Amino acid sequence: MNYLLKLYIVGQTPSSSRAIHNLKRICKQHFDGNGDSYELELIDVSQHPEKAEEDNVLATPTLLRKLPPPLQAIIGDLSDEQKVISGLGLTILPEEVINEH
Amino acid sequence: MSTSEMDNNQEYVSKIMTGIPGFDSVAEGGLPRGRTTLISGSSGSAKTIFGVQFLERGIVEFDQNGVFVTFEETPLDICRNVRSLGWDLNEFKNNGKLMFVDVSPSPGKNITVSGEYDFSGLIARIGAAVNKVDAERVVIDSIGSLFSQFEDAGLIRKELFRIAAAMKAMGVTSIITSERSNENGNIARYGIEEFVADNVIILRNNLDDEKRRRTIEVLKFRGAMHQKGGFPFTISKRGIEVLPLSAMSLTQRSSNVRISTGTKELDDMCGGGFYRDSVILVSGATGTGKTLSATTFVDDGCRNGERTLVFAFEESREQLLRNAIGWRKDFSEWEDKGLLKIICTYPETAGLEDHLLLMKQDIEEFEPSRIAIDSLSALERVSSMKSFREFVIGITSFVKEKQAATLVTATTASLLGGTSVTETHISTITDTILLLRYVELMGEMRRGVTVLKMRGSTHDKSIREYTIEEDGMKIGKSFDNVGGILAGVPTQFVTGEAEKMSTMFVETAESVRP
Repeated sequence: MNYLLKLYIVGQTPSSSRAIHNLKRICKQHFDGNGDSYELELIDVSQHPEKAEEDNVLATPTLLRKLPPPLQAIIGDLSDEQKVISGLGLTILPEEVINEH
Repeated sequence: MSTSEMDNNQEYVSKIMTGIPGFDSVAEGGLPRGRTTLISGSSGSAKTIFGVQFLERGIVEFDQNGVFVTFEETPLDICRNVRSLGWDLNEFKNNGKLMFVDVSPSPGKNITVSGEYDFSGLIARIGAAVNKVDAERVVIDSIGSLFSQFEDAGLIRKELFRIAAAMKAMGVTSIITSERSNENGNIARYGIEEFVADNVIILRNNLDDEKRRRTIEVLKFRGAMHQKGGFPFTISKRGIEVLPLSAMSLTQRSSNVRISTGTKELDDMCGGGFYRDSVILVSGATGTGKTLSATTFVDDGCRNGERTLVFAFEESREQLLRNAIGWRKDFSEWEDKGLLKIICTYPETAGLEDHLLLMKQDIEEFEPSRIAIDSLSALERVSSMKSFREFVIGITSFVKEKQAATLVTATTASLLGGTSVTETHISTITDTILLLRYVELMGEMRRGVTVLKMRGSTHDKSIREYTIEEDGMKIGKSFDNVGGILAGVPTQFVTGEAEKMSTMFVETAESVRP
């Protein structure tokens, strides 16, 4: 599966750098060696407002999963790793849940 | 402190004309320049229209470009919705005069929150849009949906404050709209007014006596003057129009020129006729000849070559023409000559605010020197007391400004004596009042007319008897020795048989039973 991710930030703020840092770490952990590939675009709204316009970005930082559909948005500095993983649809259900079904 | 220091320290709050008809006079010049004004109102109170009109007027009238930030509807929907008001936002968009910042919720987009965030992205987008079209006006509509999208109300308030501050720094004059949960509670939901704006305007859409009544109130303008209280407004084909009634000043000129009532004896009773710029109230019960007085007044105007406009709220055009012919007055002839225009409307077709607007437009188009409104009481039944009063003040001050002699009729509820609500509201602002009354005298119904008031002139104070003949009103002698006519209980003064015999009408005296 190929993932297209966009991370919208504004300027060099602490929350921007935290979001970048967190995202890179999560990607490294979850995309390495499982066959999936991803593409990440980093966009500064103050530099490219037209892109934010197109993607209707309100809060920052915002991480968008453009592909695969459906569109998923995760806002915040991505410090809650579990939410990022489930938001991106990277969740692998634990074995006991699978067994119950 | 020296004067120059004072000048430097006191930042004078200047205003920016919105161009919304009537609003700028209520706001005494418009919205405070370079600041944010909160517009709060319940759902359906025309907040979005106000916002769009602020931008549209800016572009069309003042060459000031605008940015519209939409949290709720998509730009496409907004463009479509205001198309009926004649505003082509797409054209402005294509000409680089207007830019949308679309933050409306996208369907099918799942949002997860993970960690800290703020609205810097939005601020950057607004800033970019303002720069792009060189905007002077910004509208943010409406922030209520932010609170349903994001859970942290405290953060939203803080961010709104930042947005307002950022817009101030950009030097734009802005409007933020917000919902109210009901008409008389808090100014806005979520307590945002304290954070956002020094300036607050409230739009209301009240149900008053089963009639919808829209009002606009400037609640506060920090450091600037404005009119107090609610002013009615309506949404016409051109958008919002505020009726700044109590803001109107009494600057009407006064004329000494007299015009004829159409009945010679009545002219004499008025001391030579009505004044050119006066408002005349004719009050009477049904069948006393109010429409006849109006018809005579109209006919006399046309006969003198004056353009005359008739607003009929009770009878159709055909009925009016037929009545007039019955009194040997040919209205269709005047219509053919273009001197007369008859506008018949059912009072129920519109609210009073709309009637007022339409009537004003008709008057401006036709430019009459005489106007007859028959009857005002018909309008009374479709409105609340308050609206009616505002309507009466609105229309009378307008016709005075236009220097058109205006005769209005009002129907009294009781056949004998009595006053109508119409009269109560209108009597103080009319210049002349004619009362047409039934007089029950010795078993007979007769009619009496009197000039109750004739501003700036002497007039006949007696109550004269009149009859309605084939060709109109015939005014005869006064009812001497009879009192209580206006109170509805006519009584004869018996001062002595001989005197009575000499003063009473012969036929009346004969019918007296011992």
